[in-house]
Amino acid sequence: MYRYDPYDQKIVDERVAQFRDQTRRYLAGELTDDEFRPLRLQNGLYIQRHAPMLRVAVPYGLLSSTQVRKLAHIARTHDKGYAHVTTRQNFQFNWPELKVVPEILAELATVEMHAIQTSGACIRNITSDPFAGVAGDEYIDPRPWCEVLRQWSTFHPEFAFLPRKFKIAVNGAGQDRAVIQCHDIGLELKRDAAGEIGFRVLVGGGMGRTPIIGEEITDFVPWQHIITYCEAILRVYNRYGRRDNLYKARIKILVKALGIAEFKRQVEAEWEFGKNGPNTLTEAEVARVAGHFTTPAYETLPAEDAGYAAQRSANPAFAAWARRNVLAHKVPGYAIVVLSLKDPKRAPGDITAEQLDLVADWADAYSFGEIRATHEQNLVLADVRQSDLFAVWEKARATGLATPTFGLLTDIICCPGGDFCALANAKSIPIANAIQARFDDLDHLYDIGDIELNISGCMNSCGHHHVGHIGILGVDKNGEEWYQVSLGGSQGNNTSIGKVIGRSFAAAEMPDVISKIIDVYLAQRQAGERFIETVRRTGLDPFKLGVYGEAAVKERKHNA
Amino acid sequence: MPKLIKNGQVIDDAAQILVLDETQAPEALTLPEGPLFVPLAVWQAHKGQISGRASVGVWLDSHENVDEIADDLEGITAIALNFPKFTDGRAYSAAALLRSRYGFKGEIRAIGDVLRDQFFFMQRCGFDAIQPKAGKYSDAQLEEALASLKDFSTPYQAAIDQPEPLFRRTQRAA
Repeated sequence: MYRYDPYDQKIVDERVAQFRDQTRRYLAGELTDDEFRPLRLQNGLYIQRHAPMLRVAVPYGLLSSTQVRKLAHIARTHDKGYAHVTTRQNFQFNWPELKVVPEILAELATVEMHAIQTSGACIRNITSDPFAGVAGDEYIDPRPWCEVLRQWSTFHPEFAFLPRKFKIAVNGAGQDRAVIQCHDIGLELKRDAAGEIGFRVLVGGGMGRTPIIGEEITDFVPWQHIITYCEAILRVYNRYGRRDNLYKARIKILVKALGIAEFKRQVEAEWEFGKNGPNTLTEAEVARVAGHFTTPAYETLPAEDAGYAAQRSANPAFAAWARRNVLAHKVPGYAIVVLSLKDPKRAPGDITAEQLDLVADWADAYSFGEIRATHEQNLVLADVRQSDLFAVWEKARATGLATPTFGLLTDIICCPGGDFCALANAKSIPIANAIQARFDDLDHLYDIGDIELNISGCMNSCGHHHVGHIGILGVDKNGEEWYQVSLGGSQGNNTSIGKVIGRSFAAAEMPDVISKIIDVYLAQRQAGERFIETVRRTGLDPFKLGVYGEAAVKERKHNA
Repeated sequence: MPKLIKNGQVIDDAAQILVLDETQAPEALTLPEGPLFVPLAVWQAHKGQISGRASVGVWLDSHENVDEIADDLEGITAIALNFPKFTDGRAYSAAALLRSRYGFKGEIRAIGDVLRDQFFFMQRCGFDAIQPKAGKYSDAQLEEALASLKDFSTPYQAAIDQPEPLFRRTQRAA
């Protein structure tokens, strides 16, 4: 993975000093709340319901064991003993004291970490495929490009006060695992006819209040020009994006207002000036960065480890975990392991300091010392020998990190919601836990099969509810918490935005509502059909009928 | 006298920022004596007389487009770009465009809601003069705030103050 050179380290160290002084001036009354807010947000610091929340950047989700141990230390020393993995592959601490945040940042800097631009109206942490470098369907490793873009976007002086936040994701595989269609800029690595690397560029996607799927602005930008192309997009957005209404300030609204053709014309007119300028990437720089993402020292192993097969036959619980949480690796004899953070006894994405230390140990013992965080709020050991899987499973199971439900109904994406977040309309964690409690039978979960259930506590959509096969959105009705259900959303290559099925529900109704939706699916599905495929084939009517009953649906149609 | 940060130092500056109220027609205005920044509308109405005058600059609000003065730049010695709120970042692009696309060599001054924690970004985008609102900082605070111009010693990306990105300026070890 990328390691800092003295330049990278200096920038992070100088950031610590800068933020230490900003915090001092705020606490001394020299900075008002309004003046301090954007400064702290650009350092990932929110003021939450109970305490400040600090969001630590994990660039494209990649962590070393040393970094994970430091996160464990911070959780133990400055928080209540746990941390939270976010839907942008970052880590959050919910309970740090404002005055110790500079100390936390100084500790993070010692392991090449920071909280730069994890919030605020600026270019945010760049996200990517959690299986980068190990997935069989990868064309081009996205990690060096993410790092190049990270450096370019860090403290970019022109784009620190954009109309609104700006998110970039990069994918380089057959399957989109980075939700690139729902980003302000989505980059898909590809090769042209001559075999040269470049990017298909999508723009104006996003979730939030107005979910929109990104549109293609160009089908190929050669790699040398990706920074200048992104700068042209950002400059048009910075100059002409709306600043009069927070809800209409994302780039997607500008792209829709102008139309993609006119937006592209403006961007490419701007690009004429920057193209071939000094920000044009050089082969030497790309090679320098790519040199950090070397292939680990894989052993030559048989494609199928005999012991692994025997262990699966002998132990059904291990076999169940292996079937769901172990994924194919591009190198024979190796596997990708998903360490589930969806233990029903915990908030989705939460992990304790003790668990973090253990994960770091397993990474050192079994996976070349690296860990990845996923936007689906799990952790990944990307390079485990098949012969080590049983040992990893036993250890993970002993500490609650082997819930064998990856990609199933209870592998819920869930924002922190009203329990923590000051923006939330409703709690989301108790809804997730109630659904997990209702669906606690593994055989039933396996029968239901691949499905994505996503929960957001408000329209900001941190829980990605718009692209959940089942999406749940917390809404406020006269000061009460209600939940709106949508169906048919999807991430990946066939990204779609879910449609709301009807009136919203009280929290206590939610497990029943999900049961009814699942019952409709089980009754309607054709052989081999996944949940999303059934919804797409049948439309929403059978599900509305199942949830609201015949009388309610008829009345609704009549009234309409 | 109002204070100004110019080329990294605090200096006195007497220039007046002329603001029209709604009843004043730009055409009918008699320009006051002394160093002055006039609004875009006044510039456009009077540029025949004031173009080339060293004591008169023009100021643009954040929604006003620098393209509108592109053809006048030879006769303009100083341009002030207003930050109605410090979170309104349009002037960063405006300054960068004036320097890079239009080759403007005169003073570019940040005015309005200008805070020390933005100084570094302003300088990088081509502002060589920074004028926080009168009373925002004491003289001592303004001297102290000069340190913010040096928040980061070696930024990554190309900008106006440093037209080459780090990867072209230095040989970084692999």
